[in-house]
Amino acid sequence: MNLQASWLLRDSQPMWEKDMMAIKPWWVVKGQDKKARNYRRWKIPPYLPNNRDLFVLTYGALVAQLCKDYEKDEDVNNYLDKMGYGIGIRLVEDFLARSCVKKCHSYSEIADLIAQVAFKMYLGITPSVTRNESSRNEFSLILDKNPLVEFVEELPAGRSSLCYCNLLCGVIRGALEMIHLTADVTFLQDRLKGDKVTEIGITFLKKLEEKKCRRKK
Amino acid sequence: MADETLFQLLHTEVVAAAYGGGRGSGDEGQRTGLTVLEGMGFRVGQGLAERLPRGALVFREELDTIKFLCRDLWGAVFRKQTDNLRTNHQGTYILQDDNFPFLTQMAWGQQYLEEAPKFLAFTCGLLRGTLSALGIESSVTASVASLPVCKFQVVIQKA
Repeated sequence: MNLQASWLLRDSQPMWEKDMMAIKPWWVVKGQDKKARNYRRWKIPPYLPNNRDLFVLTYGALVAQLCKDYEKDEDVNNYLDKMGYGIGIRLVEDFLARSCVKKCHSYSEIADLIAQVAFKMYLGITPSVTRNESSRNEFSLILDKNPLVEFVEELPAGRSSLCYCNLLCGVIRGALEMIHLTADVTFLQDRLKGDKVTEIGITFLKKLEEKKCRRKK
Repeated sequence: MADETLFQLLHTEVVAAAYGGGRGSGDEGQRTGLTVLEGMGFRVGQGLAERLPRGALVFREELDTIKFLCRDLWGAVFRKQTDNLRTNHQGTYILQDDNFPFLTQMAWGQQYLEEAPKFLAFTCGLLRGTLSALGIESSVTASVASLPVCKFQVVIQKA
């Protein structure tokens, strides 16, 4: 199960080899490592907190620490965005290796992919995608349920313009940049600030490099 | 699962953040950064332990609690168990992990020995936080002889 994941993250392996490993039949992979086989047999008791809880709690502790370090909300938001960018540029490789998606031919396909595959894979939710009628490049992801704010009741006092989940914006922006698409990703609505839903807006900008396969038809 | 990758990447960024904000330089900065990371791990450990059902936390002996850390907590966080547990039966326990997930991605051997403690501080805090929520006061330190093998030393404080 996790043998593939650890191989996929090694930078020394060329990208195509990672794709090849992703489609190897299960009996070939199973015999490869005795130690890994032992780990697979041991099952995690269901009552234990899972990795997602750990991620959410760590994210909360991180935001709390950043609020202590920086006084202004904009600084915290920018730092979260930068961190998200750093995560996104690495996460996209893992995502592409796990999901084996086909080439996308339009921005709306990409937005659908982010919402239905990527969010589902990493956060377990499927936001809905809406498209701005006036422009072909603007999309929004509407999150009904946001796992990152599961343990958050309200924003701390004096931090009314803090974008708690700004990391997500950075992750999407970084991931898109690694596949040669620049985008502007911001929070349009936030439940923590009193809006009804959480909405992330993605605006695709000019491409960084001209690539034939990515040209919109 | 995909969650582990996300958590590993977040942990790397958290380590970088602990040394940002004007804290990074020199020995003082190093110690403050480690304290910050350990504090964050402590909060997360307490939060994790609070999420456990009450029935799962009844332990007859201290050793059972440490075994719970080695098997179940390590499994829930890192998807594997610790490889070795040693004790002197007087409150000191050493948990050894031969393939610590946060150190696997770095060059194995002695090359990054100086940087390794940064990546262990969060886990030390996590262990300390979980034990504290289970009612045991302790101090946890980590040591690395050669990546990715690392040892966590848990010393239970007698009240």
